[in-house]
Amino acid sequence: MSDIEIKKDKELDCSIAEFTNANFELVSGSVLESFKIAFKTFGSLNKNQSNAILICHALTGDQYVSGHNPITERDGWWSRMVGPDKPIDTNKFFVICSNVLGGCSGSTGPKQKKDDEDIIYGGSFPSITIKDMVSAQVKLIDALKIDKLFSVVGGSMGAMQALQWSTDFPNRIQTIVHIAGALKHSAQNIAFHEVGRQAIMNDPNWHTGNYIDKESIPERGLSVARMIAHITYLSEDAMHRKFGRKLQSRDIISFGFDADFQIESYLRYQGRSFVERFDANSYLYLTRAMDYFDHSETYRKTLEFINNENDNIKYLIISFTSDWLFPTRENKEIVETLNSLSRNVSFLEIDTDKGHDSFLLDEPDLDIAMRGFLESNYGKTNE
Amino acid sequence: MNSIKSIRKDWDLIESLINEKSRVLDVGCGEGDLIQQLEKNLQANVHGVEKDQGMALKGISKGLNITHGDAEKDLFQYANQSFDYVILSQTLQAMIEPKKILTELLRVGSKAIVSFPNFGHWKIRLQLLLLGKMPITEGLPYSWYDTPNIHFFTLKDFENLCKDMNIVIESSIGLTSKGKQFSLNSTLLPTNIITHEAIFLLSYKNFEPIKIKTTNKMFAKNSAIIN
Repeated sequence: MSDIEIKKDKELDCSIAEFTNANFELVSGSVLESFKIAFKTFGSLNKNQSNAILICHALTGDQYVSGHNPITERDGWWSRMVGPDKPIDTNKFFVICSNVLGGCSGSTGPKQKKDDEDIIYGGSFPSITIKDMVSAQVKLIDALKIDKLFSVVGGSMGAMQALQWSTDFPNRIQTIVHIAGALKHSAQNIAFHEVGRQAIMNDPNWHTGNYIDKESIPERGLSVARMIAHITYLSEDAMHRKFGRKLQSRDIISFGFDADFQIESYLRYQGRSFVERFDANSYLYLTRAMDYFDHSETYRKTLEFINNENDNIKYLIISFTSDWLFPTRENKEIVETLNSLSRNVSFLEIDTDKGHDSFLLDEPDLDIAMRGFLESNYGKTNE
Repeated sequence: MNSIKSIRKDWDLIESLINEKSRVLDVGCGEGDLIQQLEKNLQANVHGVEKDQGMALKGISKGLNITHGDAEKDLFQYANQSFDYVILSQTLQAMIEPKKILTELLRVGSKAIVSFPNFGHWKIRLQLLLLGKMPITEGLPYSWYDTPNIHFFTLKDFENLCKDMNIVIESSIGLTSKGKQFSLNSTLLPTNIITHEAIFLLSYKNFEPIKIKTTNKMFAKNSAIIN
């Protein structure tokens, strides 16, 4: 019998759900005897518990979806989307956002200590999948005594989790907002992740993942990984518009390897600041979880034959024209499957040059779609 | 004002052709006002396809199932006979391959409702005859060089196409330019001259979809038996 305790963590300014005697079996076969999920909530749960929305974060996100993030000392990563009177309006909805299993903002992950031991997991942390993340989220929703979520919302790796919810726990959700995701992680995406991982693992400070014991950080590797990944989140047009060939703090080129160009300086800054807030091992484990994500063979069958409860889910799938990491084509695969199975699905392709990162940026049509979809469907189902 | 009124009239007539609680797909649904009306008045399960991002967005924001996409490319994703009715309102004349679209409508739906402006209306005939120029009317308000309407056809043309394709016209309604409604079956009226706008309810001849019902689902097999 698993025990659950929910504590407040002052330093992290969030709640932590601690599951002990959990016997939590991962897809890889490994078992976690105990695990923690760090989470934050916004707004309040109504009497019939019908207004809860779970927001799933992307690869390098965390539970600080809105409000103040004590780790970065900045606003939460989706503050423009979530909050009072925002598109996901916390005056109406009870928003839950948890750090994924394997993450590094308070949930159990490679930088945490092992069960009842004083040893840090490091490279011995078991492999994590998207399915495991979602199974842990369900335990959290159970602990919060919520029977059915009104919606699961996520972009990128968060979209993968939302999709996983629809196949694994269809009777626990009413709607899904899936932004810039796919049925599977493509070969190109795995390739980019692999380059990032190689950068980390080839950093002499990595020490096969046990760098915390050695009091070192593979910061060069992690920052290179971030720089590569950051390129994939933008688009050529957006990069050209923002940086072009503009020089950084100089009038002429240096004939050396300084950051002559603004784009170089920008990427170096992105790499440097990422190291301060993210754990290199978590980056390895979470990119791997995305690589392993593949519903291309199973999705249709699961929906059609295995889980009939998902008949009643309402789906909103959104893609961006300039997203080459999770292109429209791949998002549409999900829409086509749902439409061919006569499910309730909406799809919108938003015309923008901001690339994959569009879902985090100022994209008015995304805001309108989010608010409209959530509020109109909430009105329909909860009148 | 007039054109909005005539569209609403068109919608009411379309509604009159649809049974309660049907599954309906509106191809080129715009902001989804017609399907919203059908959802409200008939408790229909409604879906739409819309090419324009802004319009699709407005429909989605109303909580309607709208797929942003191109009807001429994206209808393939709907299963055979997965809707009771598929609507194509005021759009056939703008399609690149109208014949292919008609086939698709009746593959996806057991019945199709098609409405279009009649190019055989007397005002159009007169303009072409007397002025010798491409006609511009309330129903077809664009200049020839700047129009979404690329296929012009008359009531008679459409009826002939249906005959060629073994499509049965189950019901047909004509509207005059003043919004007056009449049956297109009438042999007494010069329908091809007075019809400003036409609405057709179509199906295949002797079409018997074989429906296999399991505990949870209904599977429909497309097997048109055409005499």
